[in-house]
Amino acid sequence: MSIAAKANALWKYANPRKFLATSERVLPFFWLTSASCLVAGLVWGFFFTPDDYKQGSTVKIIYLHVPAALMAINCWLMMLATSLVWLVRRHHVSALAARAAAPVGIVMTLIALATGAIWGQPMWGTWWAWDPRLTSFLILFLFYLGYVALWEAIEDPDTAADLTSVLCLVGSVFAILSRYAVNFWNQGLHQGASVMRAGAVTGTDTEEKVSNIYFYPLLLCIVGFVLLFIALVLYRTGTEIRARRIKALLTRERVNG
Amino acid sequence: MIALLLRDLKLAFRAGGGFGLGLAFFLIVTVLVPFSVGPQAALLSTIAPGILWLGALLACLLSLDRLLALDWEDGSLDLLATAPLPLEAVVTIKALAHWLTTGLPLVLAAPVLGVLLNLPAPGFLWLVLSLLVGTPAMSVIGTFGAALTVGLKRGGLLLSLLVLPLYIPTLIFGAEVARRGATGIETQTPLLMLAGITAATIALLPFASAAVLRINLR
Repeated sequence: MSIAAKANALWKYANPRKFLATSERVLPFFWLTSASCLVAGLVWGFFFTPDDYKQGSTVKIIYLHVPAALMAINCWLMMLATSLVWLVRRHHVSALAARAAAPVGIVMTLIALATGAIWGQPMWGTWWAWDPRLTSFLILFLFYLGYVALWEAIEDPDTAADLTSVLCLVGSVFAILSRYAVNFWNQGLHQGASVMRAGAVTGTDTEEKVSNIYFYPLLLCIVGFVLLFIALVLYRTGTEIRARRIKALLTRERVNG
Repeated sequence: MIALLLRDLKLAFRAGGGFGLGLAFFLIVTVLVPFSVGPQAALLSTIAPGILWLGALLACLLSLDRLLALDWEDGSLDLLATAPLPLEAVVTIKALAHWLTTGLPLVLAAPVLGVLLNLPAPGFLWLVLSLLVGTPAMSVIGTFGAALTVGLKRGGLLLSLLVLPLYIPTLIFGAEVARRGATGIETQTPLLMLAGITAATIALLPFASAAVLRINLR
């Protein structure tokens, strides 16, 4: 099959029935693999890696912090992509997937913020600093809140899908803008701290041997979080489809009865 | 287009309330600040640029829910949508009218309130300049928010929740210009960034506002 044909084949999942049937078949696989990746990665990371010579055992919070932060951003990107698909091709499953993903993104953002605060307390001596990274995550959280609030506020589902899609597009631009604005606003103050964090993640400025020890379990945790995210979104999209179906059935009943 | 602008301006001046309210709110916020942080002149002059920017932003936000809601209620928005004038132009004019009745008075009032907060002398010019460059962006972004929530019964609070995150870049660069100006550091970079944001929002956001309004008028 050529790439174009494969891309075309993807659209058949725009049919809610087909989507439900397939997602139900693949969901157990995603649950299982994500659970095993997470358990293996966390156990390996928490119990079988040495303490960092500077940060002690607190360094191990990166096994939760980094994957959650990664998914918080990628969740918004996924919502952006599905919003575009809804605006262009008007597939309901796409709009519902964006709706289903938003609360997952909120939780991921909160996990990233909370674990960051817990790590920051002993390492930076403060729960919160107006560091560019921290601030832009807080802003991302606000964007998620507005997006979910708009979904909840509008009764007509198609209007809600349209308006939230446009908000997602405009919000993406402003979120990126805010990211750079925040960088400009407070670059000088906490640069050292953010380099240290970036170094802890990529292992560029720590000793190579140490970073590799932490890197493989971290990779496993990231894979686990990606799979968990896919599973949660598939599951929640299925729930949204069923909820809408129930609503349609109830309306039909009311009209007929 | 000009007729529409004149109509909106007349409505804002004569219908009472809307025009002066934003200014009064700005005044009250500024007056309340010394009560909450204490009357020390040094402290006030440090925070004055930020407080004035925040006050102007909130005053602007306060007037947004009237921007399209009145036209929505009496049905004139439907007439405007079916008129030969493209909806993009309508929302641009609406934003311009909002700026002339809310943004511009705020810019003019800011130096007076700056005296109250003991703003350092070199800061006045930069405060006015930054507000002059930044407030059009606030009106245009606010029009987008108002268009998003126009059909909703309790849209006011949701409007704030949606619009405030979009104001972050404008606020950061605008307040930075005012703060740097007050302390005598060079202001060119944030001022250019602020002007860039304003220009980009004026150029692009009316299309999003019009698209959203079409969905709401469906």
